[in-house]
Amino acid sequence: MKWHVLRPLWVAIGLVGMIFVARVFLVPDDFGVHGQNFTYGFYRLSNVQEWKDFPVKYQGRESCLECHEENLQQINSSSHEPIECENCHGPSIGHPEPNEYLPLDKDRALCLRCHAFLEYPNSARGELISIVDRTHKRRYECVKCHNPHDPKELYE
Amino acid sequence: MTCSRRDFLKEAVGSTLATALPVSAFVFLSTDEAKAAIADSKVRWAFLVDTNKCVGCGLCVKACKNENEIPYDAAVTRTWVERYVVTKDGETHIDSPMGGRDGFIDDKIRDEEIDPENIDKAFFVPKLCNQCDNPACVQVCPVGATYQTDDGIVLIDRDWCIGCGYCIMACPYGVRFFHPEHKVADKCNFCYHRISKGMQPACVECCSFGARRLANLRDPDDPVTKIITTERVAVLKDEYGTKPHVFYLGLDTNVR
Repeated sequence: MKWHVLRPLWVAIGLVGMIFVARVFLVPDDFGVHGQNFTYGFYRLSNVQEWKDFPVKYQGRESCLECHEENLQQINSSSHEPIECENCHGPSIGHPEPNEYLPLDKDRALCLRCHAFLEYPNSARGELISIVDRTHKRRYECVKCHNPHDPKELYE
Repeated sequence: MTCSRRDFLKEAVGSTLATALPVSAFVFLSTDEAKAAIADSKVRWAFLVDTNKCVGCGLCVKACKNENEIPYDAAVTRTWVERYVVTKDGETHIDSPMGGRDGFIDDKIRDEEIDPENIDKAFFVPKLCNQCDNPACVQVCPVGATYQTDDGIVLIDRDWCIGCGYCIMACPYGVRFFHPEHKVADKCNFCYHRISKGMQPACVECCSFGARRLANLRDPDDPVTKIITTERVAVLKDEYGTKPHVFYLGLDTNVR
């Protein structure tokens, strides 16, 4: 075969060779088939650990119990017992150090998530005590009158 | 055609060797080796959603966004809650404003007033990644950036993802989205960082009504596994053959 025909072929072969060389440097050592098969298990193994090391933000009520036992006792003996502290007080990562205060959500909208009246038959929503937002003390925060840790208790 | 005895023997031995050599390349494993090779794990995560208990407060969505650093005001979310209102004329009204992040406070659906007298049934359905046994999203990934772990969770390698979006199109459940900050595909992973530390996923922990629960299907004593194996549960879009692992109690046919 003539040289001018072969030349592009050598260039193409050279490029492919370069890809294989570059691959050695660019692809991490732990990249390959792990787990069950190629279809679902072709990945970089160290990524699993990276996801496990993702920071936890919601610490759970056990961590609140360490300092706020009184508040927990009060809410645990009320009908609001199943509500997690962090649903209203915000995720407790970084509390009490360095953040002494958590951003407490006192907005009406937070209470209305459960307590806005929706006339839905056979829905669990209908079993909750609810108000019509338009007609019930429109401009006030719920916590002005209701103690969220013991909703039966009314302030003055 | 003639064939001498010598030629016949020669060719017979030759062809036997030619077939035997490739077979010898196979490795024969003992039972234990085979088990290790297919990564037979002691954990297979699954999820149980009790739609009868959900009240649509959306605190799960809020917790998920905070826990997993999903931009709070972006219209993307790893889990969401849908509202279904079936009226007497046979119509199904569905909405999920901001994925139900702020709950369902208004009785209007997509600005449409619905007469309460006219409602047959209404309910809320939380949705999240199904962590399928045959994940369509993983099959289509051209670079190996998404994969299934030994405990059944489908993860995304943020360093490896090129953001092509094939997986977002492939998922029949629409759980994948493009992460606006990391510029990669993203989706629910049952809070892998939490469950691998023995904690509950953020949405499960923040659900006050027990509508969301995590299960380990390989643990026969797990109370949630007992519900999944003994009670009448349904999955979404079974006909796709993806073998989803989010099970629903009280699933209505209107839910798609």
